[in-house]
Amino acid sequence: MALRTLITRKTLGLGLQSEARNLGFGFRHARELQTFSLPDLPYDYSALEPVISGEIMQLHHQKHHQAYITNYNKALEQLEEAMAKGDSSTVVKLQSAIKFNGGGHINHSVFWKNLSPIHEGGGEPPKGSLGWAIDTNFGSLEALVKNINTEGAALQGSGWVWLGLDKEMKKLVVETTANQDPLVTKGANLVPLLGIDVWEHAYYLQYKNVRPDYLKNIWKVLNWKYASEVYEKECP
Amino acid sequence: MRVSRHCKLLPCCEETKDFTQDSIIGITQGEDICLWVCFVLDLKSAKEAIKEGCMLESVGFLAGDALCLALLAQEMLVLVQDALEPYMSQRTLEIHWGKHHRGYLEGLNKQLENNNSLYGYTMDELVKVTYNNGNPLPEFNNAAQVWNHDFFWESMQPGGGKIPGHGVLLQIEKDFGSFTNFREKFIEAALTLFGSGWIWLALKTKEKRLAVIKTSNGVTPIVWGDIPIISLDMWEHAYYLDYKNDKVKYVNMFLNNLVSWNAATARMARAEAFVNLGEPKIPVA
Repeated sequence: MALRTLITRKTLGLGLQSEARNLGFGFRHARELQTFSLPDLPYDYSALEPVISGEIMQLHHQKHHQAYITNYNKALEQLEEAMAKGDSSTVVKLQSAIKFNGGGHINHSVFWKNLSPIHEGGGEPPKGSLGWAIDTNFGSLEALVKNINTEGAALQGSGWVWLGLDKEMKKLVVETTANQDPLVTKGANLVPLLGIDVWEHAYYLQYKNVRPDYLKNIWKVLNWKYASEVYEKECP
Repeated sequence: MRVSRHCKLLPCCEETKDFTQDSIIGITQGEDICLWVCFVLDLKSAKEAIKEGCMLESVGFLAGDALCLALLAQEMLVLVQDALEPYMSQRTLEIHWGKHHRGYLEGLNKQLENNNSLYGYTMDELVKVTYNNGNPLPEFNNAAQVWNHDFFWESMQPGGGKIPGHGVLLQIEKDFGSFTNFREKFIEAALTLFGSGWIWLALKTKEKRLAVIKTSNGVTPIVWGDIPIISLDMWEHAYYLDYKNDKVKYVNMFLNNLVSWNAATARMARAEAFVNLGEPKIPVA
């Protein structure tokens, strides 16, 4: 299962790169359009209970994330057609759908890796260089948690709250993004270490309108191991 | 009618203690209403009143066996929260109205306590002022969402749906080609909205025509001077408990069973006082 996730991640990377290349050309060579597919979760749907219910995990993964992927693929197909025809107004018109659905795919792909069952280390505080970086940037882990929870609760509408790494400045930041905007829309050098989905679909069935409770509890299943890996890769 | 001991009367309405059901409706159709007026009706008559479309003009809460009706300008208490079943569950209304809507109201009141410069505005004015031409003040979200939810509850009724009355239908056919086309546009807008927001059928004052409008988060067409006729809440909290991610079903249920074309007619009639929709047909003698 882990292998499949890896391949999908590479595919995602490739897809994004080739898209960037294509947009620079006025015409393009015949090429097979990359389609994206739903990555498997590294754990069962019920593995994060009682913090996040199995029902939410299943809907979130099989319906919401899948819908973003389906619509992302559709938008990319339409983009390819429009580019081939030189139809600039359609190309530009599709950008919001690509940003929304592509962003949704990116964000949720990170999110599944940000979560981990308690018995697999979910919730265990970060050690090593990320732990020190948190203390340096925020004073303590508690302060960081409080900061993120405050930002997440105050976010109006739908969006995400992130712990990000500015890889240029080697600084940790807390940021929020609206709707499905990926963290990189807040800064080209920002790399997501942890993201928390605060769209209502992420918690409503269980926590109803009490988003602060969801935020308080989700730390029990946050995967600091993954965050540390990403951090250490960018800041060796 | 008796006044229950559980109800409050504002001093300004002491003289209006003897109300009939007609006068309740009459009062709520006025403009600057800030009265609390309480009555006791038995539960059966109250339910009958709701079925006749009075629900959203009156608010109530149960006080023992008697139903106490209180009229509020700014807060809508859903009279009987299972009235919209099975299309919008009691559970949803309890939370949507009781927690979300109430939360916005309480948040707004708290903000207004600390901000004297916003004193004295009506809800409409407050929303427009705090929108601040697109650079919203911190009070905007709460104010707009209070306004939006008031409008939304009034956009629905038990036994709603079907097709609009003659006048509204004619205008829809004029501006959309057909009612079916309007339906399609409305549904499409609901399904293509990114993130949280609202779908509106509104009268665009400059273009002098009806249009389907999408807004994000708490924005409402009144900030642009347009006149909303019907709204649908597309925030996930509005439908998630009843429909989970099935937005298609939610929107269709709304259009088929909940939307209050009565409310739309009243709003269109009022809108025509502000927007000239065409020359009157004066019969030739």
